[in-house]
Amino acid sequence: MLGEGIIKGLAETARNFFGSYVNKERLTTVQYPEERLPRIEATRDFPFLVYDGDDWEKGLRCVACQICEKECPPKCIYIEKSKDKKPDAVGKPQNYPAKFDIDVSVCMSCQICVEVCPFDAIKMDVQFELSSDDRFGGLLLTKDKLAKSNEYYHEIHPTEAAGVDAALAEDREKEKEKQRLAAAAAAAAAAAKAAAAAAAPPTTVAATKDGAGSGGAAKEEAK
Amino acid sequence: MNLEEIKSQIEANVPGCSLQILLNGSPSGQHSLLVDKEHGLTVASYLRDGASPKFDYCSNVTGVDWPLKETSTKQKTKKIVDGVESEVEEVIKTATGNYLEVVYHLFSMDARQGPLVLRMRTEDRVDQVHLPSLTPVWRSAELQEREVYDLFGVVFDGHPDLRRLLMWDDFKDHPMRKDYVDPDDYEYEPTAHDEVLKRMQAHYAAQGAPSASEETR
Amino acid sequence: MSVLTEASVDTVSMPADDHLQGDLLEISMGPVHPSTHGVFRMNLLLDGERVVKLKPVFGYLHRNHEKIAEHETYLGSMPYTDRLDYICSITNNWAYALAVEKLAGIPVPERAEYLRVITGELTRLQNHAGLIGFLLQDMGASGTPLMYAFREREKILDLFEALTGARMMCNYMRFGGCRCDLPAGWMEQAKKVVDEFPRFLDEFESLLRTNEILMERTQGTGIVTREQAINAGLSGPMARASGVNYDLRKVDKYGIYDRFSFRVPLGEHGDVYDRFMMRLLEMRESLEILKQAMRDIPSGPHKDPNTKIRNFRPKAGEAYGRIEAPKGELGFYLISDGGPNPYRYRVRPPSLINLTLLEQMCIGHNVSDIVIILGSIDIVLGEVDR
Repeated sequence: MLGEGIIKGLAETARNFFGSYVNKERLTTVQYPEERLPRIEATRDFPFLVYDGDDWEKGLRCVACQICEKECPPKCIYIEKSKDKKPDAVGKPQNYPAKFDIDVSVCMSCQICVEVCPFDAIKMDVQFELSSDDRFGGLLLTKDKLAKSNEYYHEIHPTEAAGVDAALAEDREKEKEKQRLAAAAAAAAAAAKAAAAAAAPPTTVAATKDGAGSGGAAKEEAK
Repeated sequence: MNLEEIKSQIEANVPGCSLQILLNGSPSGQHSLLVDKEHGLTVASYLRDGASPKFDYCSNVTGVDWPLKETSTKQKTKKIVDGVESEVEEVIKTATGNYLEVVYHLFSMDARQGPLVLRMRTEDRVDQVHLPSLTPVWRSAELQEREVYDLFGVVFDGHPDLRRLLMWDDFKDHPMRKDYVDPDDYEYEPTAHDEVLKRMQAHYAAQGAPSASEETR
Repeated sequence: MSVLTEASVDTVSMPADDHLQGDLLEISMGPVHPSTHGVFRMNLLLDGERVVKLKPVFGYLHRNHEKIAEHETYLGSMPYTDRLDYICSITNNWAYALAVEKLAGIPVPERAEYLRVITGELTRLQNHAGLIGFLLQDMGASGTPLMYAFREREKILDLFEALTGARMMCNYMRFGGCRCDLPAGWMEQAKKVVDEFPRFLDEFESLLRTNEILMERTQGTGIVTREQAINAGLSGPMARASGVNYDLRKVDKYGIYDRFSFRVPLGEHGDVYDRFMMRLLEMRESLEILKQAMRDIPSGPHKDPNTKIRNFRPKAGEAYGRIEAPKGELGFYLISDGGPNPYRYRVRPPSLINLTLLEQMCIGHNVSDIVIILGSIDIVLGEVDR
């Protein structure tokens, strides 16, 4: 019958229309600013820097190795390495980023910086309402805007953060163990040297130099 | 599908053509067939209609730019100079490239075989850049050859509608060539990708001492 | 809009004995036009409402993707491939990963292959769902079918977001596998979506498939014959609607597609209606594949452990890898010179090549038919212009 198809279609629309009053699944609209969908855990948009502890400047995990800067496909990361070194979580002296800027107007949220970071220092944020009336400055995130605490990271990506924390704790334990052994060895060597030559003041200097050397080697490896 | 077989098939049926198998070093094992440009069109129509299997589906057409590449290797040879044997270092210069290449990936629909990689080369990269168009054989090459003409500058003789495809008509250069230089007179906005570093450095330089703002925080 | 003068380059000779002939009208349709699915432009020459000549104009979204890739590392190009056909980023990733795996001879673990099939077929579902929605929108069925289609598509995009972190720019594949494994509860959610999807298809079919107006408009419009389709290199649903039995999942059997039983729907007439039906039928077959893949997926690594993510340098050589993307044959042709960047990186865009016959399909039809013919080709300008 001519018109049968049209009637069938209209019946379908009617079913959907009236269904939307009784069936939640047929009414999928969300009134956005007031009402929000539950956040999906894996969601990502722009990167941020993780810090441990309370002080963001002291606790930044980033050691300014510049791998992410090199690997970033649209080259939106800008890092300036510090001249001096600061002790990191296990007390090893490390560089830190004197400047760490991400231009989020260029960033394409690909997550490659997170994948290549050997220090778990950069992670993906979920903050998407970044509109600003300052077109260039407002979208250039500097270090202080990027730094966010590990607790925040746990809040937005709980499963991933727990995994990262466990791996980091293990690494740090190993590193501490290595340091302890190195220190013990250095002390033993120093004692032996002291025993051999009664007056030998520069031994302590040598020990610290050793420590710095191993730190540098570890960083080279990471690169 | 055996490339040798196809080569001998073509040689038997297209008199006078010179074919050469180019080996591919990667694990993909997709070796290619270099065809001289004089017989390009005849070889193509033979491949479509006469060969077995018939390569009736031309999937991909693209260009590759091979600029002149001079490699000099030093070689030590023993020479007798004034009756005394001595080692002399000789520099051997080899030049490769200096042509544009067009690559066709052909498949056989019925025999479900392929890809047969067909290549043609121009004589140089400046003015001897003419190649026969294979659009009369495979219509699918039409837009893709236009793209190769646009981005590489290969001129396809016999193409029904050879115009630029992606760049605008007054555009001068061929952007996919290896020696293409970006123009510096674009009216572009300061957030362009490569400029982000320079811009930020300038931004901080204008602010004065680099870390002053951070210290006050 | 201007009346064509005799001096115009695009003059078309009209039959002299046509006494009803009026002035030919030259119109630029696009680049900013709601029915061109992006910034696509057609220069039309019209005799009244009838198309006499059509010249597509490309390049409004051209960013030289291929040149950018020559300056990027192999991995660095992966997120850029998302932006080719931005509706189905996962299949773009897959095609690129497949080409690089061919180039460097990288093995892919079993589980990763299944993950690829599952995400790839979900991509096909959401692409086709979106497309038929848009196509009906183009035909004048404003709003309703598109919203129904988008409601279903959103469920699949939610799955993508839970897995990869992004709805559309997934950046999911890596050379030798996938970036991450399935999160907890994902499979159950995906099974639920797949189980409920046929209900949507039934609903959609009863909505418009037998609608007399739709059939009147689409049947016999924009016909491509089998021979033309092969010669013009059409691929995907476009070619199959013309009766070309060529589905790369059956032909190349890339990945693990030889393990699944599914049928390849073929059209008979090669008109807009067949292309529309092709998508509906393909979605049902995709659901079959998904059910089998979700049942059989083994445990194991999701990535080849020996492939480095950084400092990846394949040996000198070349490879052409192609997959059956939702829009057709998506191929990547890579030449390596042994360095960290590809020497040559080429995308074989199905959307662009499917447009080869556009003029031929449109000539003789009305302007409103161009819109549905273009809609039935299923183009995404990110891929056409690259």
